[in-house]
Amino acid sequence: MSIGISVEHIGADPHGDRGGPAQPLLTVKKLVKHFDLKKSFLETLNGGGKVVRAVDGVDFKVLKGETLGVVGESGCGKSTTARLLMHLIEPSAGEIVFNGETVGSPALPLREYRRQVQMVFQDSYSSLNPRLTIQDSIAFGPQVHGVPKREALTRARDLLARVGLEPSRFAERYPHELSGGQRQRVNIARALASEPRLVILDEAVSALDKSVEAQVLNLLMDLKDEFGLTYIFISHDLHVVRYISDRVMVMYLGKVAETGPAEALFERPLHPYTRALLSSMPSMDPDHRTEEAPLAGDPPNPIDPPPGCRFHTRCPHAEAVCAQQVPSLESENGREAACLIHEPGSGHSDARAAIYAA
Amino acid sequence: MSTAITAPAAVAANTPYERSAGFWTGVLRKLARDPVAIGAAIVLLLLVAMALFAPLLTPHDPYQASMLKRLKPIGFENYLLGTDELGRDMLSRLMVGARLSLFMGITPVLIAFVIGSGIGILAGYAGGLVNTLIMRTIDVLYAFPSVLLAIALSGALGAGIGNALLSLTIVFIPPIARVAESVTTQVRSRDYVEAARASGAGAFTIVRVHVLGNVLGPIFVYSTSLIAVSMILASGLSFLGLGVKPPEPEWGLMLNTLRTAIYTQPWVAALPGLMIFITSISFNLLSDSLRSAMDVKN
Repeated sequence: MSIGISVEHIGADPHGDRGGPAQPLLTVKKLVKHFDLKKSFLETLNGGGKVVRAVDGVDFKVLKGETLGVVGESGCGKSTTARLLMHLIEPSAGEIVFNGETVGSPALPLREYRRQVQMVFQDSYSSLNPRLTIQDSIAFGPQVHGVPKREALTRARDLLARVGLEPSRFAERYPHELSGGQRQRVNIARALASEPRLVILDEAVSALDKSVEAQVLNLLMDLKDEFGLTYIFISHDLHVVRYISDRVMVMYLGKVAETGPAEALFERPLHPYTRALLSSMPSMDPDHRTEEAPLAGDPPNPIDPPPGCRFHTRCPHAEAVCAQQVPSLESENGREAACLIHEPGSGHSDARAAIYAA
Repeated sequence: MSTAITAPAAVAANTPYERSAGFWTGVLRKLARDPVAIGAAIVLLLLVAMALFAPLLTPHDPYQASMLKRLKPIGFENYLLGTDELGRDMLSRLMVGARLSLFMGITPVLIAFVIGSGIGILAGYAGGLVNTLIMRTIDVLYAFPSVLLAIALSGALGAGIGNALLSLTIVFIPPIARVAESVTTQVRSRDYVEAARASGAGAFTIVRVHVLGNVLGPIFVYSTSLIAVSMILASGLSFLGLGVKPPEPEWGLMLNTLRTAIYTQPWVAALPGLMIFITSISFNLLSDSLRSAMDVKN
């Protein structure tokens, strides 16, 4: 990266891009969030009670202009990761590097970072203030960053038009007067109002009807091209993730199981958990019905995660070594998988032999 | 549903905007359709009008005693509601008494609403240690039964209207602060507050724009239900000789001085109590209606 870049230069560049297009927009290093459980007095004396390991050492990168899909069962830490990325909750440990600068450092204060990264929430109703007209909701963010009210409102109306809601009809309405799909369009306009580079979509279309969902997805893809956005798309809907994502990250119990280009990952999953997850997708072909649940039971409790590989309690390929050794995220050909089978010399009997067997 | 947008922003900014009814317009519209709310509001308006114009309306001098006409029944000569133990006209005294009684009912709650909301919203929005410190302190006050606390404070401060107001205000701050805290804690966890934080807004701006509008309503509704309690407590203080002093007419005080006449002239003696009852039930019914009118569950 270019260290010697001057402040004036950043000001001149509309995006203030650091490095070339190859440098990731967002790099997350060893991100950890442990939630304290309620401690009894005795436990406090003994040096702390138990913690929920919601996110337990997550590493990933988001490239400029891509859509990174994040999938996993409920409770795997997807949404916690999103909230950590927005700094809505403080990480217990780890570092977030945005556009070459550590978030919270003097070069990138949290306030400026928050202008450049925005989020769309799942619940379209609870994410809009019921007492504000939707144009006021959209104009709030820019006003926080010093845009005069008139200008912010003009921008809000432009954005409403852009997301397909005619400003003259909708600008002064209240959230309860809109349908779910319309409200989510408002939320998208609100996220775009402060001209962000990265938008985190946390189950943003999951609560919508299928037909409305498709419209909103297409809108998101159009907006991405038009405004040069980068998306982190969190969802439990694998079909949607495959449709919209360039790369996909699979999470299991607070850790990254696998990442890779969407098509390759869906065609040839490396991690046994990804394979199980994909085979749980409802089939679109009646001749190849999904008959059995590929995984039994619930994920283990994140208070006491299993030692070694977290998936070994439910993994069909688990061996004794899996309960002892924590797999590292092995990278090969742009794909990463945290599985001992893909770790040469790990001691797993299928190690090496199985790599790219499919 | 997606409409084709052709109008550029410059044109859109000049076209008249479809204004939709705001939240409070909707609440008023619902209240106007609620017969109980209308009834209670009319009664309260009449009471307030009566209190305001009492000097013009009273048929007799409320302080004019007459040893010959003591404890006369309802409808005696031209004393429509009879006379009290000193022969003063009950109707006039009840009308003038409304001034102090309503004042003692509304003022402490109003002051406590401002202070209690402030404390509760601060505790609720700050959360964590600040919340614990504030709310546990409030809990200490809350632990006393309100009647005892009011009497103890008034007793310690000494008799008088000012001290009675002060002690009643202190009594009502803890419950209002608790309601404010719990409503604020709820609102704080809503996604729109998270979204506001995510846009980089400071705590003060978020509270002003996103929290206040959503919490003041419920706190206000709760506070209006305390007006009745405040009136009864104020009456109780006057009854014990800690609030208003004779010969000033006030419903609680009148109830006290007339209690000896309960066997000779029960209807007359019960009149101040009836006024307190009518006023407090009207306030309660109105605040109930307000609560359901403000409930926007779609």
